[in-house]
Amino acid sequence: MISIDLIQSTAETLMDKAAIEIPEDYLDGLKAAAKTEEGELSAFVLDAMLKNYEAAKEDRRAMCGDTGTPRWYVKMGNETQIEGGPIALETALRRATANRTNGVPLRPNRVHPLWRTDHNNNVGIGAPEIEYGYEPGGEWIDLITVHKGGLFGTDYRMLFPSDGIEGIKRFYLDCLVAFGKRGLACQPAIIGIGLGGCKDTCMVLGKRAACLRVVGSRNTDPRVAELEDELKELGNSIGMGAMGFVGKNMVIDTHIEVGYCHTGGMQMSVHAFCLSSRRAVARIFADGRVEYRTDPDWFTDYQRRETVEWEPVMEAAE
Amino acid sequence: MKPREIRLSTTPTAEDIAALRLGDIVYLDGLMYTAREGVYMRALEEKANIPMELPSESAANFHCSPAATIRPDGSFNMGAVTATASFRFAKWLPEWMAKTGAKLIIGKGGMTSRDYKQYFVPNGAVYLTTVGYGTGALLGRGVDNVEAVHWHEELGLAQAMWVLKCNRMGPFIVASDLEGNCLFERENERIAQNLDRLYEGTKPAVLKRYGETDDRSDELI
Repeated sequence: MISIDLIQSTAETLMDKAAIEIPEDYLDGLKAAAKTEEGELSAFVLDAMLKNYEAAKEDRRAMCGDTGTPRWYVKMGNETQIEGGPIALETALRRATANRTNGVPLRPNRVHPLWRTDHNNNVGIGAPEIEYGYEPGGEWIDLITVHKGGLFGTDYRMLFPSDGIEGIKRFYLDCLVAFGKRGLACQPAIIGIGLGGCKDTCMVLGKRAACLRVVGSRNTDPRVAELEDELKELGNSIGMGAMGFVGKNMVIDTHIEVGYCHTGGMQMSVHAFCLSSRRAVARIFADGRVEYRTDPDWFTDYQRRETVEWEPVMEAAE
Repeated sequence: MKPREIRLSTTPTAEDIAALRLGDIVYLDGLMYTAREGVYMRALEEKANIPMELPSESAANFHCSPAATIRPDGSFNMGAVTATASFRFAKWLPEWMAKTGAKLIIGKGGMTSRDYKQYFVPNGAVYLTTVGYGTGALLGRGVDNVEAVHWHEELGLAQAMWVLKCNRMGPFIVASDLEGNCLFERENERIAQNLDRLYEGTKPAVLKRYGETDDRSDELI
């Protein structure tokens, strides 16, 4: 049984970490980009961002004034039990979101879409989003918070098999060029691409590809991994850098996640996780241990499974 | 070549502004206020009295909602400060400038050269862009204190009018000048020269979308 108080206190710590501490993998990626940047203004911007991460950590102040729209990804081992059950869990995450919005402070971004009602705590109808995943075996819960920016850099398109890889490249470029101008996407970013699924799952896959994978990771399908490399390279040959200034660093990494789709379609979504790639992760065990990390490790073999039965069961049947 | 660095008052003289060049790095001193759609609508459409003496107290309008909170005792906890994209506010800015004498519009991503020529230049105003985007912690360090928050009950914290006392707050980049030139358009023109080569070999999607053509009778295929 996992203690509900421990879940809430861990969630509160994660809210702070996500807002204040740039994840190491993104930081390394940006430092590498800064070394290669020749565009005079772009280079100035990257240098200022590196100083900004230091200032945020020193002051324990959010990296960016737009602290995005906090959300939660929750993953559990198959044997996990939570004190108070799923309702208590969701309450704890909503409390943590509200408390740390005021505590860090974060910007209270969440408002009603029509009446613009602002509870000043990032909690409201459907906010924060809480999404779930499960893994075979184990008694633990992973709490992952992501505070992704919410306005620019995301698009969806229904492509078709006849559009092919060239169609994917074209829509990818369209997104990067359109949202990169004037730096609206807050690049260089981690670009997440969802391919396939249905429209909603395509968006979910792309967002998770951007937010739940670390810089340098590659899809386990070698041909998808190859396409990731190719698209990263393509994005960095636009000639556009930070803030849309002339430069060569648009993309810190490109991640692709796929889902089986309608036989006639090839859905595609593109998401940009920005210069303040806010994510933080903790695993809580039943014995009260808490391990913090920055890699969500979301896309396990189980999450990408293709078959009816999960492998261990198949093996047992053989 | 390293960009020039300049310290500028939030109540700058005409000469100060005339001396700014596209791409200069600016640090600001003095009072600055945040105003975005909520403040514009309240002041311009609902005709509420602006609770500051403008432009004598400040000629610097920041398109920003800070990550900040008002403590129960009425004091402020100011964290990070970052701008929001300015192009969305073009419909209110001409009237706002005329009413408040704003000389520095500070935000994200700039406006068009058309905006600059139409109402920035005649008002002797220029646009400063934040950097990054998202040097929120650095900008937060440049805020000595929060002088006041107006209209937070009516508009919420994110849309309220925050009055910030700035001390070498920055960096910002000069993104327009008194000829109406636009830094971002200059950069976009340079980048656009490369785009045809980049798109070579790709062809338009088999099913088009409205927006890619303005002809609503287009079959889209």
